[in-house]
Parts: sequence; C-alpha cells; structure tokens
Amino acid sequence: MTDSKYFTTTKKGEIFELKAELNSDKKEKKKEAVKKVIASMTVGKDVSALFPDVVNCMQTDNLELKKLVYLYLMNYAKSQPDMAIMAVNTFVKDCEDPNPLIRALAVRTMGCIRVDKITEYLCEPLRKCLKDEDPYVRKTAAVCVAKLHDINAQLVEDQGFLDTLKDLISDSNPMVVANAVAALSEIAESHPSSNLLDLNPQSINKLLTALNECTEWGQIFILDCLANYMPKDDREAQSICERVTPRLSHANSAVVLSAVKVLMKFMEMLSKDLDYYGTLLKKLAPPLVTLLSAEPELQYVALRNINLIVQKRPEILKHEMKVFFVKYNDPIYVKLEKLDIMIRLASQANIAQVLAELKEYATEVDVDFVRKAVRAIGRCAIKVEQSAERCVSTLLDLIQTKVNYVVQEAIVVIKDIFRKYPNKYESVIATLCENLDSLDEPEARAAMIWIVGEYAERIDNADELLESFLEGFHDESTQVQLQLLTAIVKLFLKKPTETQELVQQVLSLATQDSDNPDLRDRGYIYWRLLSTDPVAAKEVVLAEKPLISEETDLIEPTLLDELICYIGTLASVYHKPPSAFVEGSRGVLHKGLPPRTGSIEGPESPDTAPSGEPAADQPSVIPTQGDLLGDLLNLDLGPPVTGPPMATSTVPMGAVDLLGGGLDSLIGGSGSFTAAPSSTAPTNVGAPLGSGLGDLFDLTAGVGTLSGSYVAPKTVWLPAMKAKGLEISGTFSRQVGSISMDLVLTNKALQVMSDFAIQFNRNSFGLAPAAPLQVHAPLAPNQSVEISLPLNTVGSVMKMDPLNNLQVAVKNNIDVFYFSTLYPLHILFVEDGKMERQMFLATWKDIPNENETQFQIKDCSLNADAVSSKLQGSNIFTIAKRNVEGQDMLYQSLKLTNGIWVLAELRIQPSNPSFMLSLKCRAPEVSQYIYQAYETILKN
Amino acid sequence: MIHSLFLINAAGDIFLEKHWKSVVSRSVCDYFFEAQERASEAENVPPVIPTPHHYLLSVYRHKIFFVAVIQSEVPPLFVIEFLHRVVDTFQDYFGVCSEVIIKDNVVVVYEVLEEMLDNGFPLATESNILKELIKPPTILRTVVNTITGSTNVGDQLPTGQLSVVPWRRTGVKYTNNEAYFDVIEEIDAIIDKSGSTITAEIQGVIDACVKLTGMPDLTLSFMNPRLLDDVSFHPCVRFKRWESERILSFIPPDGNFRLLSYHVSAQNLVAIPVYVKHNISFRDSSSLGRFEITVGPKQTMGKTIEGVMVTSQMPKSVLNMTLTPSQGTHVFDPVTKLLSWDVGKINPQKLPSLKGSVSLQAGTSKPDENPTINLQFKIQQLAISGLKVNRLDMYGEKYKPFKGIKYMTKAGKFQVRT
Repeated sequence: MTDSKYFTTTKKGEIFELKAELNSDKKEKKKEAVKKVIASMTVGKDVSALFPDVVNCMQTDNLELKKLVYLYLMNYAKSQPDMAIMAVNTFVKDCEDPNPLIRALAVRTMGCIRVDKITEYLCEPLRKCLKDEDPYVRKTAAVCVAKLHDINAQLVEDQGFLDTLKDLISDSNPMVVANAVAALSEIAESHPSSNLLDLNPQSINKLLTALNECTEWGQIFILDCLANYMPKDDREAQSICERVTPRLSHANSAVVLSAVKVLMKFMEMLSKDLDYYGTLLKKLAPPLVTLLSAEPELQYVALRNINLIVQKRPEILKHEMKVFFVKYNDPIYVKLEKLDIMIRLASQANIAQVLAELKEYATEVDVDFVRKAVRAIGRCAIKVEQSAERCVSTLLDLIQTKVNYVVQEAIVVIKDIFRKYPNKYESVIATLCENLDSLDEPEARAAMIWIVGEYAERIDNADELLESFLEGFHDESTQVQLQLLTAIVKLFLKKPTETQELVQQVLSLATQDSDNPDLRDRGYIYWRLLSTDPVAAKEVVLAEKPLISEETDLIEPTLLDELICYIGTLASVYHKPPSAFVEGSRGVLHKGLPPRTGSIEGPESPDTAPSGEPAADQPSVIPTQGDLLGDLLNLDLGPPVTGPPMATSTVPMGAVDLLGGGLDSLIGGSGSFTAAPSSTAPTNVGAPLGSGLGDLFDLTAGVGTLSGSYVAPKTVWLPAMKAKGLEISGTFSRQVGSISMDLVLTNKALQVMSDFAIQFNRNSFGLAPAAPLQVHAPLAPNQSVEISLPLNTVGSVMKMDPLNNLQVAVKNNIDVFYFSTLYPLHILFVEDGKMERQMFLATWKDIPNENETQFQIKDCSLNADAVSSKLQGSNIFTIAKRNVEGQDMLYQSLKLTNGIWVLAELRIQPSNPSFMLSLKCRAPEVSQYIYQAYETILKN
Repeated sequence: MIHSLFLINAAGDIFLEKHWKSVVSRSVCDYFFEAQERASEAENVPPVIPTPHHYLLSVYRHKIFFVAVIQSEVPPLFVIEFLHRVVDTFQDYFGVCSEVIIKDNVVVVYEVLEEMLDNGFPLATESNILKELIKPPTILRTVVNTITGSTNVGDQLPTGQLSVVPWRRTGVKYTNNEAYFDVIEEIDAIIDKSGSTITAEIQGVIDACVKLTGMPDLTLSFMNPRLLDDVSFHPCVRFKRWESERILSFIPPDGNFRLLSYHVSAQNLVAIPVYVKHNISFRDSSSLGRFEITVGPKQTMGKTIEGVMVTSQMPKSVLNMTLTPSQGTHVFDPVTKLLSWDVGKINPQKLPSLKGSVSLQAGTSKPDENPTINLQFKIQQLAISGLKVNRLDMYGEKYKPFKGIKYMTKAGKFQVRT
C-alpha cells in the first residue's frame, strides 16, 4: 500500500468520512485519517473544515501523529484563529517536555502559526527555549524569533528578544551562532536603520571560529554577514581573508560564491604591492572555474556573477578563456552568458581562438544564439583593435552564407565597426549592398540605410538604393523612417545636383503625410536648415561623430562597485542594485566597496574616508530640490560665478538676526569695528582694542604663517552614486586669515565632465565663494582634480539649523547636484580675536550668567601650555593663566568673522584627562559649536 | 528565505506544494508556465524568474520542475543548491525520484521537507541525520508498522545534529567492515573539425562507500597529489591537513558520500583517449548526402574502451539515413532527427565504422549547420589524469577493515564538431 491511495478519494462524502475516521478510537485508523488529510492538503484541496477533529488528535504520545497534526495546524491556523487557541495548551506543555526534540518541535511549530492571539502565549516558552540547555532547542528558538518578528515586530522588541538573539552570537555551539546570525540578518533586512548586526573585531572573531564548524548553510549566513563588515585597516582585512579562503574549496557552490564575495570586497583594501594580494588573485580562479562544471542552473548564476567579477578584476580569469567555450547542448541561458564573458575576456592574446569559436557558433541552430554570436564578433572588433580586420573578414564570410538572420545581424554590427574605425573598411560596402533585398528587420534596414547615407559619395547608385526604400516609406517602422530621412538629406548635401527631387520627396513624406511627431519635427528642421542656410545644414548633418568604444557595454563603475558587494544575490543576477527591484525597496542600504587604506597608499587615494567618523559629521546629499533649496535654484549657475558683491557686506553683517537678540548688544558693545575682515590677509584695520594691538599683530602673524588652523581630513560629501558619477570630497581650512574649501572632484562616470560651477545657499555666517570654481581641463573618466576654492564671509545670511550647515550646489555639463555639509566653526575664528585683559574681565561680568554654558572635553592628555599653543594655532587666544588649587585655569577669547566674541574658561587638572570648558557669549547658540571646535582642535 | 516549494510535472500540473511561511497562492506559478511556454525545451527554462512580488527559482531534474518561491533578497545559489539537495534526498530515500514515487510517498516527502527547512532556513539536509529523524520506507518496515503500530518517525534527537561531526551518526555497527573508494573521471572536451582539441578538462570525483563500525578516522594519501590543485571537499575533510601535508584526513559519514571532487584543466595533462574520423557532406544539388564516421582509440594507456555510444543531432532537412555499421546497432529517429549508434567495445585491430547515405528534403538548400557528434565511452581501471591512491589507513578503531579502490574514466560532455 502506498500513499497514492490518498489521492484517489474524490467522492462527495469524503470530508464526512474523514471526520468519522478522525474521531475513531483506534489509533491506527486515526493516523491513517490524518495522513489522508495531509495528502489532500498537499495537492491544494481545502480540508480546513476538519480543523477541530484534527486538533483533537494532537494530545498523543505518537510523535509521527503529533508531527502530522502540527503540519496541519501550520497550514490552517490562520483561517481558524479561534480554534487555534485550543492548541496553545498542548504547545506550552510540549515546551517543557524532557525530550529536546519535542521541545524544539513545539517552539518551532508555534512560531509558524501566524495568529496574533497565539503569539502572546508564545513569549514565555520562547524565552525559556532561548536559554535551553540543549543547543538543538536554542538554535530552533533563534529562528523562532525571526518568525515572531515577521508576525509582530513590536512584540519582539518589547520583549527584549533581539538582545537575547544578539547574545546567541557568542554561543558556544556553532550551529546556534549560525542560526542567530541568519535570524538577525533576516530581521535587519526589514529594519535597515536598526544596528542589529553591530559587528566589532570580537564578534567577527566569534563568527570566523563558528564558520569552520557549522553546516554549509550556516557558513553562507555567516559569510554574507561578514561581507557587511568594514575592517578597520588592511591588516584586519587580510587576516579575515586568510580565514575565509579555505571556504573556496567547499563542495556547496553557494558557500564558494559567498566566500568570493567577502574576498572581492576586502581585497579592495589590500595594497596591490602586497604578496598576499597576488596569492589571493590566484586562489580565486580555480573555484570560479569549478562552478562551471555544476548543474546548468548553478552555472547560470555563477556566470552572471563571473560577468561582474571579470569587469572588476579581469586579471583573475584572463587565462581561463577556454572554460567559457560553449558546448552545443548547454541550455540557451548558459550559452548566452558564456558568450558575454568570452567577449569581456577577449584580448589580443586570445582573439584568434575566440574568433574561431564565434564563427563556429554562428552556424548553430539556435537563432538567438547565432545572432548574439554574430554581434559578439562585432564587439570583438571594437574591443581589440588589432583584430578588427580579421573580424570584418569573418563577418563577410558569414554574409556569404546568405542565411537571412546572420546577414542582418552582421550588417548591424558592421555599422558599429564603421563608427569605431572610420574610413578603413569601406571597401566592404559593395558586398553589403548586394544583400539589400534580403533585409526585413527594421534594425538591419536602418543600419544599411545609415551606411548608404554616410558613405553616399562612394556609392555610385546611392540615390537609387535609397529611392528603392522610399517606395514603401509609410510601411516602414519609425526607426527606418528617421534613418531614411537623415540619409537622404546627407546624400543631398553630398550630391546636391542629382538628388533634389529625392530630398523634396522625402521631406514632404515626412512632414505632410506622417502622423509621427518625431519624424515630422526632424523633417521640418532639415527643411528649414536646407532652405535658409545650406552651409549650416552641412555642419549640422555631416558633423563629425564621436567614436564609439567598447565601454558602451560595460557597467558603470559606481554601479559595478555596488554590485560587487552583492555577489551571489539576486542583484548580481539582474545586474541591478536591490533598490531597483526589491519590493518597496524597504530595507535597502546602499553598499559600497571599502576604501583602500593602510600605510602604503594613503594621501593619493581620494576616498580615504575614516570609517569611525561620528554620524553628525556625515555630509548629507540633498535628494530633491526641496523647499529649502528655493534660493539655490534661483541663483545663477552660469559658469562665470563672480564673487558676491563686496559692497553690500557691511549691511547684512549689521543686520544679522540669526543669532537672536544677544547679538545686537554685542555689536553695539564692541563699537568701533564695522566689517569683518575680508578674505585677504589679516588687516586688523577694524581691530577694536587699540592698546594691545602691536604685539597681538606680531603674534597672530607668526602663528598664522607657521601652522594655520587645524584641517580635518577630506570626507566624501557627494557620493558618485547620487550625482551621476561625480564624486566630491572635501574639507575646510583657514590659512593666514583666508578661508578655503579644499575639494577633490572625481569623475566616476563614463563620460567627460566639464563646465563646473559652484554656488552656496544663504547660510548662518554668510560663507560664499570668493572666486569661481576653476577646473581648467575637462575631467576625463576616472580622473580626479584637487581644487582649493577661496571663501569669504560676505555672502547673504540666513540662520541654518544646525548653525554650521552649508548647502551647496554644483553644476557640470550633466546636471546640477545638491548636497549639504557641516563646516567646523574654527575656520571662522579671526586672527584679531585676542581681547585685552581688562576688557575680558568687564565683558565676562557683563554677560549674564544664563548665557554661560559648560562642557566637558574628555580624554585629552595635553598640559596647559600645549593646549594653549595648540588653540592659538586656530585663533583661540589665551589671555591669562592662573593656577588655583593645583588646577590650571586658562582664560581665552576668540572672535568670529561676524564679530561675535566668545569668552572661555578652560580648567585643566594635571592628573585628569577631562577638561572643563565654560563658555560665555552674548549669542549662546554658538557655544555648542565652539565646544565642538575645541574638541576637534584639541584631539587632532 | 525560501518561502514555498511547488513540484510541477512535464504536463504543467502542480502535484505537490509546501509552504514554510505563510501560504503563497499557486497562481504565482502562472509566471513560471509563461516562461516554460516561451522556452522551446524544458531544459531552456531560465532558472531565475522575477514576478511582481516574488522570485521563482527552479531546477529541472528527473522530468520534474522544482520551483522555489522567495520573497526577499536571498542568494539564488543557496536556493538552487538546496533544491538539488531535495532531489538527492528523494533519490536517496526512494531509490528513484519521479512523480509516481513522490505521490506514493507523499507523507514521508512532506515530513522530510518539513525537517529540511524551518521558516525557510535549512535545518537538516544531511541524509544521515534525516534518516534518523524520518526512516525511509521499506517493505519490511511498512509491514512491521502496520502490525505493531509503530511509526517511521524517530523520537530521539539525531546524535549527529549538533556534534562536531554532524555528518556521522553514532553507534554504527557492521559485521563486515569495508571501505570502498571509486575514483571516477569524466572528460569534457570539444574537438574541432580537423581533430585538434579546442578545450579539454577532467572533472574527477572520489565517491566512497564506507561501512565501518564506530568512529573510524581515515587518512587517504595519493602518489601524485600535485595534480589536485582545484578541489572541493566534503565537509568531513580536514582542510588544514590537506594544505600542509596533501593528505586527506577525515571521519567519514556512514554509507555513500562524495569525498571530494576535483578539476584538472591544464591542457597537457588531459589525454584524449578516442578519435573520430568523419566525412559528412550534404550535397547541394542532389537530395543525397554522404555520411561516414570511424571511431578509434588514441591515448588509452593500453586499456580497452567500452560502452561507446555515438549520438548526433541531424539538421531538420534530413529526411532519412541509410547506414551500415561495421559493429553494434544504430537508430535514426526521423521525427527528432537524432542519430544514435551503440558501438560497444572498440577493437583496435578492426575499427568500428558507420557508413551510408543521407536523404534530404527535396528542394531545400543545403543545411547551414554541421551536426555535432556526441561521444560516450568508459575505460575501466584507469584514471586518465594519472591520479593514483597511495594508501588508506584507519585510526581510532581496532578491527581491520576491508579496503578497495576502483578507477574509471568516462566521457562527460565529449563533443566532436564536423
């Protein structure tokens, strides 16, 4: 007797009969009945009516029966929530069973019952099971947290299960670790912001240890989790790589590919001069080749990933061309992928072999494959210049076969070859023209017409050829019509005498008899051009075309870098970032390759963003032109950006209302000075306090020339992903009284960038560019340029939040991009910020106490003198120093560009690394930012 | 993770569905049927199909589509590997994997699937562990179960599940202790018209059948381990030991398993044991063509080539073939246009050949494509790469096991272009 008998009962009273059997006294009969129910369920029959009867069978010692009932419950509990409650008691009891198998089974099943009421009862048993002595139960419970989170995320957070789950990452059993990682990864996916998998070197070490001991599936979870970690330096990256490499020899291809992902990502951080780098490259090739001997479905996914890897690091597989040769009985999806990779690997060294193969493929049966093979020959010609001639002759051979679709495809690619190597292979045009009649596909017809028009002067009967196409003009597709129109106009410009009639005809066909607006518009433009200024027409229509290059097939470098982080995932199969296709794009974080760090390479790599940057300093890209940007948009972004009018500077300075009422009195108090020093050298003309002027001047000058204020390392302000390939990183500096914005512009797109311009939005301190952005030469792909943009503080003012927020618009020939960044306040500390002692005392008393704010500067080991000289470098001047009860008290003053004075008292205990900073200022809003400036200066 | 699984037969019927999370309506398979319709043959159905809310990943084996439904970004290889594992498990449980056998054992299938995944995460995929949890059906057990009312579901936690050697169960006992290793090499090659090799590589595996009592610790060493530079191991192999000493050291799973697979691709190491001489011409004007192929041994290291089978897909315009073989039998199917010739052994003194004429559809032009010849063969007692096992030692147990090693070379995807 087999189970197939369960499928045969289809008579009417089936449910009724089953009901009777389920309620039978005989155990055996009961079990048989449950089996029948399950069988009906698997084929999609609705047996939910039997719910109470099946649940009644749950209380049993027979494990198989119990399991079967559980299977049933999972399927139907949702449709019978009230009945499902009946099962709760049994579950809770089973969670206490001495047999770990039953405990695990109970907690596992409960998690699968997606009924809200049941989940409440689940919490207590689950909490116990998470701490169970048996690892089998623990690992099952870990997964159960993920299930519960899917049903009721809030409940899981409230009950603190997430923390318990995090603790399980340090469990002694590798299986438990792997399941905890898997569960956390799944939960994290729906909570992109939560920092669930907060990896640090200790937890990484735990994971690497578990990696060696857990099952193959666990290894995949752990490897995928490791790939999200950002090692702190190249040494850590190397040590992780060393421990991951043995996974490349695993029999499970998913493990291999996940390991490849980790290695490809961390390799980015290793210096290419390192011996280990070369070793790693060598180790990557064999496992990738081995993936190609697996089942076709696995091959397909592997090939899609290899396609990415080959683009990122062609050196890995450059000697392995042959494994990508197509077997005639490969499934079509494998064939097409192999072909693509063959072209990517084609080089001068192997082109002869590749061409011979491609020619072979062009005679196969499968039409799609043959077409792609022919197209591949054309791409080889474009990619490997030395082979172009051979490719063209191969294509001509193929045209001789007269196989219709081969000929058409060949003509399409020959058009591309003409565009890559103009005036080189035109001798073949005659052969092409012979096949004119056999072309029936729009793309091939359009290509042929383009060739005839482009080389009209060399084809004697060009007018006849084009005329023949014109007869059925209205039946052609738009593509062909447009091409025909252009081709005839080209012909007319080249041979005006004989073709006047033809051009008249085509123009009237396009403008008067066509409904297609594109065609009509193009017709009118040509018509008008030809009738008003034939010379201009010639310049426009016969203009030199840019050469095409192989890069048109490549994935944009920024996208490629992102996709490398997604090796082995669906994104790598589609070659699209997950944000482009994942449902609702929730939980999608952009991933990026780590920057190359380490001692060997450093300053010259533009993207050395320190990974430990506090979140507040991260620049943010302004995604859309929101309301705040109104002003920015109104600004003229034409290339010659002149500095904002200097004359108006004093007026807005006086009327700065951004800092509230306190400011007015402050300005009033300091009376004599009017304007902030402009961005030239410290003039001190308006320096307020006559007496100490002389030595003060000496002092600042000395300091200024020696060091200048602290300059933070450059950070990425505008990632390339958000700005069509333009990456901007930068920092602010103040040298000898002038502020500048030091920028690095990097072109990560495939096209040349030019016509750069920059503009700031109104901001709290009136920062504005003092000169236009000077980028002398157009920026070629993968090139970067360093620019120092001088700034002044005479721009218009608007209070921003945070105060030091600066919104910037950058324009180039492609588009306008917006981003915002925070500038450190110390670039605004002017050189004449030293207050006279008496004045200091008076002002300190004069400022009300509620304007005093206290801060603590932690972990600073400098002594008072060092602090004092360090701060002086950034224009914070020590006016007096006192020693009170073993503590050093520094009294300091500084002045901002808009004339706000800030007075400070810094208390330093020799034994204590924490300093106390008290700030007094009439505009207390700035205190916070002054404190940040202190921190930055003292700690760097 | 993996949401649901549908099994679909060649006729396009869903005959089993299993959901590990919420139930996904089977209408999601409509997208799969669409793709199936577009593909000319079952083999050509793309393995990854996106739908508006789900992704369908499928494998095609034993004339059944195993279609997994996933909802989030999951490594596709992970899913496909798992599906293959499901097929292997069925085969292991029931001997064959077919629609009939799955329907016959639907409850066991369902129980096994439930054990293999939990919430879409793989739970137990090692066949050793699964068999402890759910015993495979045998006639004897069915009878016993019916009489005694016992079940085929184990009620003990499988011992291997959490130990450091999860692939081996404890308490294994045999009266005859034996360990057999088969070194099997398959040659994948493409030979061009003129007989020169375009690509050739060897896919080798060492399959083991180990029936040893207790917890034996085995080491296997090779005469020429340097051949093995591209290997994938069963998880039981101690990788460190291999790295440092080039010795395979492992505690074996119980029963049949694949110890390692390897790949030899260096062209000069791959000997090609057979050659095919061919003369196929479809004449242009007349409707008769000539066909002649001869198969002969090349680098066989003195061994006989047996089980030779030649197949070739003829162009569509071929109507029929009139051929005479010097040995063996041949068939030409005028519907599928597939020619197959079962040659048998190759006698070097008298080379097998197949000669005759091809009749073409009148009026059509000469076929554009040349038929590719597919070759199958076997050579016993030879690993074509030259790989040789040096010795096998056992530690940890007292008894003396019986050991055996067998070599075999087969054709994998061996293709000759004409």
